[in-house]
Amino acid sequence: MDVLMLSRLQFAVATFFHFIFVPLTLGLSILIAIMETKFVRTGDEEYRRLAKFWGKIFIINFAVGVVTGITLEFQFGTNWSRYSRYVGDIFGSILAIEATLAFFLESTFLAVWIFGWKRLSPKLHCLAIWLVAFAANLSALWILMANAWMQHPVGYTLRNGRAELTDFLAVVTQPLGFQIYFHTLSGAYILAGFFVMGVSAYHLLRKQHVAFFTKSLRMGLAFALIFSLAEVVQGHIHGAEVAKIQPSKLAAMEALWDTQANAPQTLFLIPDEKNERNLVEFGKIPGALSMLAYHSTGATVKGLKDIPKEERPPVALTFIAFRVMVGLGFFFALVTVIAWLKRNKLADSPRLLKLFLYSIPLPYIALQAGWIVTEVGRQPWIVWGLMKTKDAVSPIAASQVGVSLAAFIVAYSLLGATAFYLIAKHVRRGPEPVRGEG
Amino acid sequence: MLETIWFLLWGVLWAVYFMLDGFDLGLGTLMPVVAKTDTERRLVYHVMGPFWDGNEVWLITAGGVTFAAFPTTYATMFSGLYSALMLILFALIVRGVSFAFRDEVNSPRWKCVWDTCLVVGSFLPALLLGVAFANIFHGLPIDKDGIYQGTLFTLLNPYGLAGGILFVLLFLVHGALWLAVKTSGDLHDRAAKLLPKLWAVLLVMAVIFLLATRRATFLYDNYLANPALFLILAVTVAALVMIRIYIAKGSWWRAWFASCVTIVGTTLFGVVGLYPKLLPSSIDPAFSLTAFNSSSSPLTLKIMLAVALTFVPIVIAYQAWVHHVFRHKSGEEDLEHEEGY
Repeated sequence: MDVLMLSRLQFAVATFFHFIFVPLTLGLSILIAIMETKFVRTGDEEYRRLAKFWGKIFIINFAVGVVTGITLEFQFGTNWSRYSRYVGDIFGSILAIEATLAFFLESTFLAVWIFGWKRLSPKLHCLAIWLVAFAANLSALWILMANAWMQHPVGYTLRNGRAELTDFLAVVTQPLGFQIYFHTLSGAYILAGFFVMGVSAYHLLRKQHVAFFTKSLRMGLAFALIFSLAEVVQGHIHGAEVAKIQPSKLAAMEALWDTQANAPQTLFLIPDEKNERNLVEFGKIPGALSMLAYHSTGATVKGLKDIPKEERPPVALTFIAFRVMVGLGFFFALVTVIAWLKRNKLADSPRLLKLFLYSIPLPYIALQAGWIVTEVGRQPWIVWGLMKTKDAVSPIAASQVGVSLAAFIVAYSLLGATAFYLIAKHVRRGPEPVRGEG
Repeated sequence: MLETIWFLLWGVLWAVYFMLDGFDLGLGTLMPVVAKTDTERRLVYHVMGPFWDGNEVWLITAGGVTFAAFPTTYATMFSGLYSALMLILFALIVRGVSFAFRDEVNSPRWKCVWDTCLVVGSFLPALLLGVAFANIFHGLPIDKDGIYQGTLFTLLNPYGLAGGILFVLLFLVHGALWLAVKTSGDLHDRAAKLLPKLWAVLLVMAVIFLLATRRATFLYDNYLANPALFLILAVTVAALVMIRIYIAKGSWWRAWFASCVTIVGTTLFGVVGLYPKLLPSSIDPAFSLTAFNSSSSPLTLKIMLAVALTFVPIVIAYQAWVHHVFRHKSGEEDLEHEEGY
């Protein structure tokens, strides 16, 4: 394999692994902050124990998220130096701002929260976790604004052989950026909601710590319900934005080969990239794709055949990832609505509790699939329309990248297994005993 | 002008990173020597616990600022020093998680694994960051396209290694002083006993490094052209001497502050000597990357300056507050689960 392919694989490994751990921290920090706020307001000791129980899971996730996040920042320079030189003026500054504004805040106050239970007043201690939650979500905003710029570069001019900033506000307030932000954030909140529901269900199924986990189950459910429903609506708006900005991504998402008005939505198909067609197609809803993408059944949707071969993203992967994401998205909405209707009988319905427990991995899959749609669907561009991925890679030896990629796979597998083991161990052990009972 | 300001800020960010993360990298390296029992090892983790992560963000910011203000330098430096950076990265990964993982399983073997991760993960970055910076002072084989023409072993030349050892010693003294400040009892006594020896070795290494710098680099050119700059070196050397005086008096906080000044001074001594070069080329000085030929556009530099001047003081303020909140000495009573990972 050449440097390009190895570097792409390494970036994919690093990003995917990072993105297993970070999404949970985005939503869980807010849930923990709400729990601790309830403790401060009511003095109900159970909420303090809730915050501590979920806090431990947060800490393990955060630790892995931090150390794998440094990899991502370093990698732009180590493996994508031509890209870094080309976009540093804009992309680099957004990353630097993220560290200065958000990551300092999150790291510093998480330590305050962890070590400060006895050193700070309850109110100040609660403020610390709110700052962590705020900073985590602010951090995501900057990172996704940087990503949005790769999807849709704005506010720049080509000068001195690179993209130079001309309009900072245009870069950090572009609508696509907010679409990506709310889409990713809702996904992360769904994940956190389902995680909390699933873990709570584990104990409720065993009839242990019932009052404790009923509380967190309801909080997780409320969170998952709100954002599952929001995601369905927002996902549609986001898709329409992508249709406008990145027609080749849309065509790959839908495996649409021929440009056509009144484009159908096909419920099931198998794309055949080599022969530029689909092998099996059934369940065509005429005009549905035109409607979804452009809000008019008569609208023309561009097909892949009208996009030069060298500018098409990998179709099968983008298509499958998109179907997985959307399918799971509807599943989350369905499950949470049903669960909400039965919210007062959840503790006594083992079927639903089991469903929650086994659903824990699903939002993880949905988020990774979403990331594939965004990033693989952007190919062959690293910066849409400006720079191709193959022109972005560092002039380094393939052997160097081969060694580091192998090391990443080994180290991350061990790290992932360890984190999973520790979280599972903590979950099984359950909450700490009530104070005074030792 | 903007480029010069950013060059200095770039140097200051690295200096602050070394000053802050220096004490936990040093203490992590030193742990097997000073901590004999499990309780003592837990205390060593405990005195770094509330700070290490906030310290490490300075590295991320220093890296990010290199990317934002000098993208061409960032591209050449990070791709050129690929293997060294990957080693630093893996070291920081295992060190970072060892804080969160170590006490999660109550088994000596488990703890031993993470203790080893902490030690190796602290020592390697200290050494390699020193090697990297000494090589930058010395000049790297950068060709006319800004591409690094060496390997990992190019970096392991005598001057580079001297820089690495100097960094390790600076951080060891810094870490031992932190332990002396933050603990009492056996841990404190061992650190206090070790410090005069560590300091003496550091002094020898510092002298060797300063002399070698005369031979291996052009850093003194700026100083000879503008002798007032020797003040930086004078302050640094004075601070190094003050460390020893405060150690003798048992004024640990003051000794630690003197050590802070020494580390910042050492970094700035190099950075000021480099100016305006960020990555001097050892192939041809004309290929060097400088603050002027590798910087971002004036607009980006201006926006970043506004962001830095607004938010870095805020960061410093709340990190100082955290030091105030956790200003106490740590003892066994602090090790119960209410305060820790």
